[in-house]
Amino acid sequence: MRLVLREALLIFRRAPLLSALSVTTIAFSLFAVGLFGLVAVNLQQALRQVAERVEIVAYLLPGTPIESITLAQKDIEAFPEVASATYVSEDRALARARAELVEFRDVLQELERNPLPGSIEVKLKAGFRDAEHVNDVRFGRDWVEKLDRLQQIAAAVGLVVGAAFAAVAVIIIGTTIRMAVLQRSREIAIMRLVGATDGFIRRPFLLQGAIKGMLGGLVAIGLSYGAYVLINRWLIQAAFFTREQAGTVVIFGTLIGLVGSAASVGRHLRRV
Amino acid sequence: MIKLTNVFKAFPKGGLALKDVSFHIAKGEFVFLTGHSGAGKSTVLKLVYADEPPTSGEVRVSGFNLSELRRKDIPMLRRRLGIVFQDFRLLEDRTAEENVAFALEVTAARRATIPARVMRVLTQVGLAAKAQAYPRELSGGEQQRVAIARALVNEPTVLLADEPTGNLDERATRGVFQLLRDINASGTAVVMATHDLDLVRQAPYRVIELQEGALVYDSAVDELRDQAASP
Repeated sequence: MRLVLREALLIFRRAPLLSALSVTTIAFSLFAVGLFGLVAVNLQQALRQVAERVEIVAYLLPGTPIESITLAQKDIEAFPEVASATYVSEDRALARARAELVEFRDVLQELERNPLPGSIEVKLKAGFRDAEHVNDVRFGRDWVEKLDRLQQIAAAVGLVVGAAFAAVAVIIIGTTIRMAVLQRSREIAIMRLVGATDGFIRRPFLLQGAIKGMLGGLVAIGLSYGAYVLINRWLIQAAFFTREQAGTVVIFGTLIGLVGSAASVGRHLRRV
Repeated sequence: MIKLTNVFKAFPKGGLALKDVSFHIAKGEFVFLTGHSGAGKSTVLKLVYADEPPTSGEVRVSGFNLSELRRKDIPMLRRRLGIVFQDFRLLEDRTAEENVAFALEVTAARRATIPARVMRVLTQVGLAAKAQAYPRELSGGEQQRVAIARALVNEPTVLLADEPTGNLDERATRGVFQLLRDINASGTAVVMATHDLDLVRQAPYRVIELQEGALVYDSAVDELRDQAASP
């Protein structure tokens, strides 16, 4: 194994520019996947929050007495379809708006009168019927569906762009392997003369392909993290990949490197 | 050990490199393979180490029938052979020691045993003191000794040498030839292709001569026949 690693590193040392090129291509291919992946991850998280938060908001007429509200709450909770019904007072609604709508903090701060209505937030098991004192019922199904579609589009675009880049990466790795094989043809001929098997000759090439792919994956994660930091600072609060997702990107890069070298090395070794 | 029976070898572009060549080399023999350039000496050696297949006829080497040899078995055959060339074929970016060790490493020899085995053969060829030298720091004769050490380190039953003294001056030639004789004396068969007739005359070894791909003289056969013919 140590020998295989040594030979693999030798290939890097002999063609540093080409190696850097392969790593960069893999990195960019995975970065493309990563960017769209980030969008998808964030949309998914937004969706989950929407789903977890409120499914139905029943806005209350201003001045509804608390007894009626409590009664309405009990009535609503009595439905077998309802999971919970929470009363949100006008003051709490304002406090929440101040906390969540950072962009409008100034506006909200300077209000003389609270414009927000009180509401009953209902989480459903399934179904909801109108009840007394309910002014308006809103259900975010349209939004949920739109977000869902957006997330699917982001994921699909990411995969297509990523696949195109990955194909380019495989071709470039194939080319670097070809050059490495040609460059080492004398050495390979000597290895064969002293009785090295094809598998033994192939292994360092596969290993260096895998290492390039892994490096490409790591660089892609680094680039994605940079993009994430920028987005976070200038645009919106966003989420980053989980450790598992980042790991998948690196593993994917390793696989691209491995496949690229495997596809090329056998073919070119036979010609030497 | 090595047996060629009615071997023909066609050039890829037509014409015959070898025409109906048959001979048998026994264990421990020393054989000169002579003839002009292009007579077929190298082709015979290439057939023996399975670099090329015969067009027809049978080649048997150390228990392998090369006509039936699969690609994946070629390394196993080569591990039983030591091969030396006129141009040494050493790796320039490795020391003498590393060049020899390389032959063991690629054959999955046990790692712990490698340094001792390498030093033993380097000592045998008289280069223990230059183990750390790179090929460019060695003379031609010394480089060929490294190549011979590499060929010997796997303890082959046959050493194939294709014009091993072709690039060497007279003194180095004598040294390398003496080394090959010593190796033969310790039991390894040596097949040496050469067109240096002075060298051939120096030693009482068997001579197989090729001319335009055909075997025209084999001292083992012809001398017996001559002896039988004389009264």
